[in-house]
Amino acid sequence: MRELALHILDLLQNSAEAGALRVELGVEEDPENDILRISVGDDGRGMDEATVRRVLDPFYTTRKTRHVGLGLPLLAAAARRCGGKVEIESAPGVGTKVSADFRRSNIDRAPLGDLPQTLAIFLAGHPGLRLVYRHRVGPRDLTFDSDEVSARLGAVGFDHPLVADWVKGYLSEGLLNLQKG
Amino acid sequence: MKSLKELDQIREKALEMTRVRQGQGLVKIVVGLGTCGIAAGARDVMAAILDELSKRGLTSVTVSQTGCVGLCDQEPLVDVIKAGEPRVTYGRVTPEVARKIIAQHVINHQVLGEWVIATKEA
Repeated sequence: MRELALHILDLLQNSAEAGALRVELGVEEDPENDILRISVGDDGRGMDEATVRRVLDPFYTTRKTRHVGLGLPLLAAAARRCGGKVEIESAPGVGTKVSADFRRSNIDRAPLGDLPQTLAIFLAGHPGLRLVYRHRVGPRDLTFDSDEVSARLGAVGFDHPLVADWVKGYLSEGLLNLQKG
Repeated sequence: MKSLKELDQIREKALEMTRVRQGQGLVKIVVGLGTCGIAAGARDVMAAILDELSKRGLTSVTVSQTGCVGLCDQEPLVDVIKAGEPRVTYGRVTPEVARKIIAQHVINHQVLGEWVIATKEA
């Protein structure tokens, strides 16, 4: 994957497929300690210990359409490549949290990429799901809660093209302000 | 400066568009967003579709997502489903092709033969 945002989209899709109603996405950029951490936590069906141990194996998948599952192994490889790691915590009936650490300055670290576009598209595909996104850069942070948007939209959903467009613009502006401080 | 307040206007505009669509035939578009689709560029394909719909003010079209359907080497996959017509599956779709699918297939009822990988009778 050329952007970390695409790994994030993949993780979010996993959460949605696990039946999550609420997903928390965290992006923490810590220039001082040279760390970039991505975490996706959900309240989906979760996995037992044996399954957690197997999800980083490319030849394990719950899917019936093919016999390999590459999402998490690709993420783990991307993290390892730049001196980081992936951790997975999960419990059946409670949910799953995947965290990936990257060495922020490592030359092999993929750029964060187009996160606003990515989140607009994820929300468009899962209008009933609540996404809480927190992004921190050093001491500053940004929070986006899709429920606050839904409350204003009433019967109009995230799958409406005008709304997707707004989400993208709103987050782009927020991230720009966050980065420049 | 973008703010949550703008959403009030967007809601009104969106509801107005929805009222206009009564009577138009509904079209469903499905984009494959599993790991394979994402790695092949499906996010940008989906973005192009939403952008094209928004530019053209097309609200009779719903866009949804699906996971891996087992045709990973053909991703990004886009399905177009129109009432009373066969379901058409396009493969290796780029954002440019996605825009053409909206203009030619969705609006003008002309299937883009060279990009079709499967059709299924309704």
